[in-house]
Amino acid sequence: MSLLAAAGLWGPPGLLLTFALHPALCLRPAPTSGPPHRDYCVLGAGPAGLQMAYFLQRAGRDYAVFERAPRPGSFFTRYPRHRKLISINKRHTGKANAEFNLRHDWNSLLSHDPRLLFRHYSSAYFPDAGDMVRYLDDFADRLGLHVLYNTTIAHVTLNKDRQAWNGHYFLLTDQMGHAHRCSVLLVATGLSVPNQVDFPGSEYTEGYESVSVDPKDFEGQNVLILGRGNSAFETAENILGVTNFIHMLSRSRVRLSWATHYVGDLRAINNGLLDTYQLKSLDGLLESDLTDLAIVKDREGKFRVTLKFFLEEGNQSTDAITLPQDDNDNFAMRVAYDRVIRCLGWNFDFSIFDKSLRLSSGGEFSKKYPLVKASYESKGSRGLFVLGTASHSVDYRKSAGGFIHGFRYTARAVHRLLEHRHHGVAWPSTEHPVSQLTSSIVRRINEASGLYQMFGVLADVVLLKENATAFEYLEELPVQMLAQLETITGRRARHGLFVINMEYGRNFSGPDKDVFFHDRSVGHTEDAWQSNFLHPVIYYYRHLPTEQEVRFRPADWALPRPTAIHHIVEDFLTDWTAPVGHILPLRRFLENCLDTDLRSFYAEPAGKKGNSPEAGCQEKHKAIAGHGLSPIISSLEPGVLLPVCPNTPEAASLLPAGVPENAGARGN
Amino acid sequence: MMSSSFNIYRVGISFVMMCIFYKSAVDSLSELSPQKYFSTLQPGKASLAYFCQADSPRTSIFLEELNEAVKPLQDFGISVAKVNCVKEETSRYCGKEKDLMKVYLFRGNILLREFPTDTLFDVNAIIAHVLFALLFNEVKYITTLEDLQNIENSLKGKANIAFSYVRAIGTPEHRAVMEAAFVYGTTYQFVLTTEIALLESIGTEAIENAHFYFFHCKQVLDLTQQCRRTLMEQPLATLNIHRFIKTMEAPLLTEVAEDPQQVSTVHLQLGLPLVFIVSQQATHEADRRTAEWVAWRLLGKAGVLLLLRDSLEVDIPQHANVVFRRAEEGAPVEFLVLHDTELIISRVEGNTHIEEMQEDEDEDMQSPDMDIQDDEVAETVYRHRKTQLPLELTVELTEETFNATVVASDSIVLFYAGWQAVSMAFLQSYIDLAIKLKGTSTLLLTRVNCADWSDLCTKQNVTEFPVVKMYKEGKHPVSYAGMLGTEDLLKFILLNRISCPVNITSVQEAEEYLSGELYKDLVPYSSVSVLGLFSPNMTIAKEDFTKAGNYLRGFVITGIYSEEDVLILSNKYGATLPALLLARHKEGKVESIPFANSRVQDIVQIVTNALLETFPEITVENLPVYLRLQKPLLILFSDGSINPQYTKAILTLVKEKHLDSLTPCWLNLKNTPAGRGILQTYFNALPPLPLIVVVNLHSGGQVFAFPSEQAITEQNLLLWLKKLEAGLESPITILPAQEWKPPLPAYDFLSMMDAAASQHPTRKEPECTKETNMQKNDKQQHEDKRSLLLFF
Repeated sequence: MSLLAAAGLWGPPGLLLTFALHPALCLRPAPTSGPPHRDYCVLGAGPAGLQMAYFLQRAGRDYAVFERAPRPGSFFTRYPRHRKLISINKRHTGKANAEFNLRHDWNSLLSHDPRLLFRHYSSAYFPDAGDMVRYLDDFADRLGLHVLYNTTIAHVTLNKDRQAWNGHYFLLTDQMGHAHRCSVLLVATGLSVPNQVDFPGSEYTEGYESVSVDPKDFEGQNVLILGRGNSAFETAENILGVTNFIHMLSRSRVRLSWATHYVGDLRAINNGLLDTYQLKSLDGLLESDLTDLAIVKDREGKFRVTLKFFLEEGNQSTDAITLPQDDNDNFAMRVAYDRVIRCLGWNFDFSIFDKSLRLSSGGEFSKKYPLVKASYESKGSRGLFVLGTASHSVDYRKSAGGFIHGFRYTARAVHRLLEHRHHGVAWPSTEHPVSQLTSSIVRRINEASGLYQMFGVLADVVLLKENATAFEYLEELPVQMLAQLETITGRRARHGLFVINMEYGRNFSGPDKDVFFHDRSVGHTEDAWQSNFLHPVIYYYRHLPTEQEVRFRPADWALPRPTAIHHIVEDFLTDWTAPVGHILPLRRFLENCLDTDLRSFYAEPAGKKGNSPEAGCQEKHKAIAGHGLSPIISSLEPGVLLPVCPNTPEAASLLPAGVPENAGARGN
Repeated sequence: MMSSSFNIYRVGISFVMMCIFYKSAVDSLSELSPQKYFSTLQPGKASLAYFCQADSPRTSIFLEELNEAVKPLQDFGISVAKVNCVKEETSRYCGKEKDLMKVYLFRGNILLREFPTDTLFDVNAIIAHVLFALLFNEVKYITTLEDLQNIENSLKGKANIAFSYVRAIGTPEHRAVMEAAFVYGTTYQFVLTTEIALLESIGTEAIENAHFYFFHCKQVLDLTQQCRRTLMEQPLATLNIHRFIKTMEAPLLTEVAEDPQQVSTVHLQLGLPLVFIVSQQATHEADRRTAEWVAWRLLGKAGVLLLLRDSLEVDIPQHANVVFRRAEEGAPVEFLVLHDTELIISRVEGNTHIEEMQEDEDEDMQSPDMDIQDDEVAETVYRHRKTQLPLELTVELTEETFNATVVASDSIVLFYAGWQAVSMAFLQSYIDLAIKLKGTSTLLLTRVNCADWSDLCTKQNVTEFPVVKMYKEGKHPVSYAGMLGTEDLLKFILLNRISCPVNITSVQEAEEYLSGELYKDLVPYSSVSVLGLFSPNMTIAKEDFTKAGNYLRGFVITGIYSEEDVLILSNKYGATLPALLLARHKEGKVESIPFANSRVQDIVQIVTNALLETFPEITVENLPVYLRLQKPLLILFSDGSINPQYTKAILTLVKEKHLDSLTPCWLNLKNTPAGRGILQTYFNALPPLPLIVVVNLHSGGQVFAFPSEQAITEQNLLLWLKKLEAGLESPITILPAQEWKPPLPAYDFLSMMDAAASQHPTRKEPECTKETNMQKNDKQQHEDKRSLLLFF
């Protein structure tokens, strides 16, 4: 209802402007007759902004998205420069399970509409950026998301107000000078400022954002590329065949994503230069700190690399500047370059945020991202959340939070937090008898895409009820917020809990690691803890860990030390449904944590007869079929008498249909 | 006396030899004149003669069969002849007319029996009848349980019994039994019956054509004790009986201290495997008990030996506690780690796939037995994973087809997960149901594999597996919450055929409804039919009742009547409106319950309570319902149906309100074999039945047994209950409070990780250390339990 009302009020952007110009005419019963108010303001209609808008829309919240471009996804209209996305568009997995398939779909946003899957927009494994633009356009349109296009938010300030949800409102001023007031601000502006390194001669460099993408312009040239990320290699890949050679210069060694398991590192699709370098084709990689360098232009207009240190020696003419090769005549970069291209990545645009917001970067070494908590809320001001690529500080170089296939889930997590904080809607959960515990976990580890993509960041949580007879299952909780679980979810964790996380083996990932070493895979269940490839890990805690325990956990631990831990052995097919290899050890672990028996039993012991061995087999099969099979109990094993406890969920599963719930039956 | 002379012949003939004879003898039916025939008869020797008219046809079906019987009968030392009577022949054996020709059995020249030819309808019948007649003293034919008990009692401590049931005299099975009796008749008392009721009363399940039991009476010294019985599981055939008896004769348990590969027993010769229970000095007594128990279970299926590890020269793997050797020559000896005797049994029965212990023992902390599937559902599903189910009998639904299907036709949907064992076991039952309902139901049986269509299942609010829902007429789907078996699901489906409540439109229809006539086919599934009676203007009450009926859908039949003439019914059954009439079909009673001002929940409660019986037969299915009453159970254990006098006694006690603090019930071991396990827990051994116990499950767990020497009468029971109440009786056992513990320990990965990290010691919090210790203790306990399991 509130959604309809809000929609009616919004109208087309033009109308809104009118309202803004004539505040007196504003019909909205705002608390004060200030600027137009929204509960939620989203900055940026990129993938993260649209994803958040989708969740707000589905929940019927009062929200608006502000976008400076006329259409969504403007970043993708220009980037990547060579138009090939390196996010995988895997259209076939051989499985029908839509949730599972999202594990291998790196481009789609989450929605209820199966038509809004990226595979309907491109058939390329590495799709064209134009398809992404088209996709985002459709996503916003089809779902009717409320986006105010052509609205550039130039300035954001804080307005203290005790009435406000967070004790203050966010005041947004657009390019026309119009103000918008928001209770919650969701910043999804991405990283838009090209990273510049300041050194003498940096003015001679061309940036990735503007360099020519036409290989003809590089015919027969000596090219120096600064940087060693995907944009640097993407640029090199494009001109590899036309240049004399390409040298690539960066501070530290190249990080290969298949060795680090981090999708932001160099992807194999871009690594042609590594190949030609190692196959002695004149191209090459060099490591040096850019800030020590200087570039000078020689008489022919070519660029020479020297050291900043030499420049400081005195005011010399260009020709007289000392070059490294003057002392060391075998200096690697002694050739003259026709072009120097800078591909050093992007930074978050802090400029529009007023100081009062205290939205700061993480310090000298992580200027890239604004500082946020594990809940994606700014450390500086309550009610300000950072979404999308800009929120990657939480799992930079660890997980997928900086990419569509990761932040679509963190946006959902943020939305769930907000639903509880402001609307009293507890974190969604399902409740089951403990007999379903093994199955609930097995189901999720085999299909959940959020756990798989956001491994180590989002984890499922099983909250046990008193006496562990039942449990609640919560999906995809920001795992570093575990200590605050009760406050952020509205659920109670008084009787112990399990955390289901996905992890690579310790010491398996890293830029210098050989991930193809012999015997890298673990097959035996008893060695599961040494698994290297991504595999489910289940932590059991008798008590909810404290903030201290989470913060001061051992260095290489994803979570604080648990009461007990279980690794499900890595699986080549990532299919953890093997009865003996995967499910049985999991069940034993759960049983021992809960000190109970989680087996299923036939109502009557099966297979009592059978005349011949052959018939015996069949008879036994029949006996199973013929007998009532109850998921639990009635195993009248020797030594155990009538192990049915009344009022236990086990007993409930034996009850006939229609027995009233208050009599202890499983609810219908 | 006659038979004794016959015995001389029999001695020394073994079955094996007989088999050779079968092939070597080439005699055929000799044709003789009466005179000639009688001259050939030798004293003490049996002879079978068919007297026929000389001018009768040379061939007939009977003659063919008789011809075939010649050789086998000769192997038993019985000659066979066809005697041609000439017209003027005066021998009394020559019948007057063709159709009166008979077959005569002589010993020497004494006539033993005469058979009409139609009795000897085939070769089996001929041999069976002839041997039956000759072995009259060796094979006792009985018709009642009493006969059997008398024989049993008279032989206790003296001889063992070979008891057999055959469907009829003259069948191939009967022949097999008689052939066995021919060889073993002096060693064992053969007892034969054709009474199926007799077989039922000794507790045989799933009675087939024939059964062969061995009663171990010889070792029974206490006359009140029952003889142990071993059922032969193979089909009743001569060689099988022979092999079976041979294993009965072999020692139950042998102790050996030699290489399992070298040991040889009669079992191997008979093609049966050997099971060695590995023992050592320290646990010898317990192991021996275990082995004996196993040996009894495996009697007739395998040889069981106790292998003394200490005095063994060859090496066997350290953890192995069972050695298995198949009968095939050259089959390797298998070393196993089995912590449940049941696993040994199933191993022998050839049905379990257990991972064999590797010979190259690595120094792992964990023993490999943790990999053994101890979830019986998962185990059977895994074992049958290659069996193709006829899935085509149910319609598989997908995200695309689901909505259209459940809208277009009334459907029942099984939501399952292909990877979940319980789902797959239930799918089997579901397919069985589809077979049962094939062509009879308008209901579409469908299934959704939630492993594929996860989102669809979530949308249908299915978050656990398996779930069955019924989609009918576009109404809200009804969830099934009964047992996961064919029977209960069938009941649910059948009871859902009629609307709930069903609208009754005339007094006559109401009467038919109450008598069970109206829904004759459904009454077996709903022991009670409920009819709500309302005046036409009682709208709210009607509405509530309708809601309650909806709630009870698939559980009990409900009907509603609110015509103008409703008073006819209410007057007849003495009810004030609104009223519930409960028709109990089994007892043929209709009772009325007023329920003015009762809301939906109350009505549901009234009906649910009405379904409880005063003296129910407890089954696994209904146990939880009665346990929920939170009263101690008074259980009468009965092997077969209950003596009506006992029922009467208990019902009288109920009526006189002496049993108000208890839930009286009885348990039929025939229907609920699990009861044996219960009795074993209470008494350690299976006590003689019937038997009454009081079990206080809810507080204390004491079990009291009604003294077995007392007759089960009202007075005795009452007296005993009084004593119980006064605390004058002591319990025979006290059940442990909560025995629902993990069957085996889990891998302790945390310690393994710690051990690996200890090379680079990290700071550990004291609390954590404590946890680790606790876990160690847990582990210790588990290990204790494990050994208990093996030696219970």
